Parts: sequence; C-alpha cells; structure tokens
Amino acid sequence: MTDRPLLEYTLGLADDALVSAQRMGWWISRAPELEEDVALANIGLDQLGQARTLLTYAGELEQLGRTEDDLAYLRDDREFRNVQLVERPMTDFGVAMARLLVFSTYQLHLYRALATDGDERLAAVAAKAVKEVAYHVDHAAQWVRRLGDGTDESHARMQSALDAEWPFVDELFSPLDPALAGRVADPAALRDPVLSDVRRVVAEATLVLPDVPPALGGGRQGLHTEHLGFLLAEMQHLHRSHPGATW
Amino acid sequence: MTSTTTPSTTPTRRARDLAATVLDPELPMVTIEDLGILRDVTEDDQGRVHVTITPTYSGCPAMETIRDDLVETLTLAGYQHVDVEFVLSPAWSTDDLTETGRDRLARAGIAPPGPVRGVDGPVPIGLSVRCPQCGSLDTRESSRFGSTACKSLWVCRSCREPFDHFKAL
Repeated sequence: MTDRPLLEYTLGLADDALVSAQRMGWWISRAPELEEDVALANIGLDQLGQARTLLTYAGELEQLGRTEDDLAYLRDDREFRNVQLVERPMTDFGVAMARLLVFSTYQLHLYRALATDGDERLAAVAAKAVKEVAYHVDHAAQWVRRLGDGTDESHARMQSALDAEWPFVDELFSPLDPALAGRVADPAALRDPVLSDVRRVVAEATLVLPDVPPALGGGRQGLHTEHLGFLLAEMQHLHRSHPGATW
Repeated sequence: MTSTTTPSTTPTRRARDLAATVLDPELPMVTIEDLGILRDVTEDDQGRVHVTITPTYSGCPAMETIRDDLVETLTLAGYQHVDVEFVLSPAWSTDDLTETGRDRLARAGIAPPGPVRGVDGPVPIGLSVRCPQCGSLDTRESSRFGSTACKSLWVCRSCREPFDHFKAL
C-alpha cells in the first residue's frame, strides 16, 4: 500500500529543491559578475541533484512506475508540493539573496535533522545535501551582509527584498502530518533554530526583520501563486513537445 | 557497501582494475579510484559485473558519463553484462581522495582539499590554500564556486596566477 504521508512529505522536499533550482538557473548570464553566475549555477545544480534523488524516491513510494522525469515534467501546478516562497519570480539580486538565505538555512536544519534519524532513504539524501547546503547558506549570508551593511542604496534594496520575502517564510514551518510523527523531521520544530540563524545575519547586515502577517500559503496542498504555472511552462515545454527526447 | 557480497559473488581483481582506470570526465587527470568515488566492483559466477559508484555532489552532471565509460571499458575488455549502481550513503567526502589523486590534482594546477573528517556544522575553511604554481601561501579566494561543483576559484598574490581549489566537503 502506498505510504501517502511519506510520499507527500518527500514530494514537498523534492519540489522545493526543483523549483528553487529552476529560479536559480534564471540568473545564469544575468548575475552582477561572472563569478556570481557560476556560483548561482552551482547552487542551482546542487538543488537539482537533491531534487532528482528525492523525485526518484517519491516515484518508488507512489508505486505507479513514474520516474524522476515523469514527476518533474508531466505534473501540473496543482500536483506540485513546494512552498510558495521558492516559486515566485526572483529577478532582483537582493530578493535572490534574501530568499537563498532563508531557504538554505531552512534546508540546512531540515537535512541535518533528517540525516540523523527516521527514514533511511531520506537520511542518505540529507547526509549528502547538508554539506552542500552549508556552502549555500554561507554564500547568501556574505551577500546579505555586504549589501545590507553597504551603501544607502544597497541597504534600502536589501531591506525591501527581505520585506517582500518575509510573508512567505511562515509556510516553511507548516506542522507535520501526525501520521509521520517520529518518522521524519518536523518542519514546525525548525522555526526557532532557523529564525535564530537568519536573525543573526540580518542584524549583522544592519537590517531589520519585517513585522508582517504571513501569506495564505497552501503550497504543500498544491495551492500556488500564478507564477508557478509560468515557471512550469518554461521548464516542461521541451519535454512535453518532444517526449523521450535525449541528446 | 562491500557487504553485498554473496557466496556466488566474488570481487574480481581484473574487473576492479579495469574500472579503476576510468577517468573523471571533468577532471581527466584523475581516475574515479583516485577520487574515491569507486565504491565496489563485484563479478558473479556468470561473469556479470556490478559496479557501485557514489557522486561527489548530489547534482554532479558527470555521473552518467562515468557510467557510460565504465560500461564501455568493461565491455571492450570482454564483460558481456555490466551494470552500474549509484549509491549516496555513506556520503562522499574529499577525505576519500587518495594520495595519488591529490598529487595528480596538484600537478595539474588544482590545489587539493584540506581535511574535513570530524568537522560538522559550519563550512570548514582552512587558513590558506597553497598556490599549486609557485607554492606560496599568500593566496585569496575569488569565488566560493568554480568551474565545477567541487571547486572554488583562487588567486595567488605572489605569482598573480589564478587557480582552482578542490573544496573540502
């Protein structure tokens, strides 16, 4: 019988990483300097690698014979389980760094918890990914500090980027399905450690944490902003137009 | 990973030696054995070879090429059935690089990584990286991320040459 709660949980992890990787890829050739093009491409590639293994596992849990490609390219937006944080456009460098800081700090704590207990397959992915994500956190933190504690212009733009992202942070800490209690890491338990790390970087950057109500959320249930559909259209177009194409 | 050996499966020296000659497509100065990503090679009594490898990074795009190269190398040597398995656990670390691998990287101008075992949490950063060109320790990191997932970009202040550094992971 399909372990539906574990499947949904795994899809959440996979889709967060996949959608974030796709947004990171947008920066290739558009970053402020060549080294940053390379850095964001590398970060996206790490996330894509995590997504691939997680989607493969989700396909096995689902028991319908779907591969990682089937799940990435042939699902519609309502079937994606990523948080809304990662799906919105990320065409401002401050937004990219604010989001990467929050998201990678969340991934770091989540993967660390998953690596030490619970599901064996998720533990293997997490133990590998946690080392990669530590580099992502460090990279984002360096930029947030540099821009926040930089010129008046960079400070103001970094603050408004943080303000724009903040309503979507809350959804990361959605409570765990009770059926999974004790089997996998509970995102709700990560709220304090994640926010404490983020708060420290934000303070060093001379920025302030926004005091805003959370957005509606619902990404884990397949409820998304309009932006995910456009992202998927671009990501899935080639595969759907030329099924089975390889090079 | 070697615990998968069953009575009918014996590790075959020849198959392993052949597999160990496959080069990393992105770092062709080192073999997959030098990198420490060749985990196991077994051959059963039917002559079927099973190779187990692990990626350096989750998203390492070289894995598929390495699999194809393994199959080709072993097939050309007469093995009819070759399959390659990817495993994630235990996670690869730069500590798995062999001494030969480190020497070959350094001779190709890529500064080898420092030790990481036992370090948890924050990204381990050494005090400095030795320039593979002139040997100076007066170097600086110009980018945490380099031309492949496993490298960062550095510049030597003494000889002014840029160089790649294999990141500790």
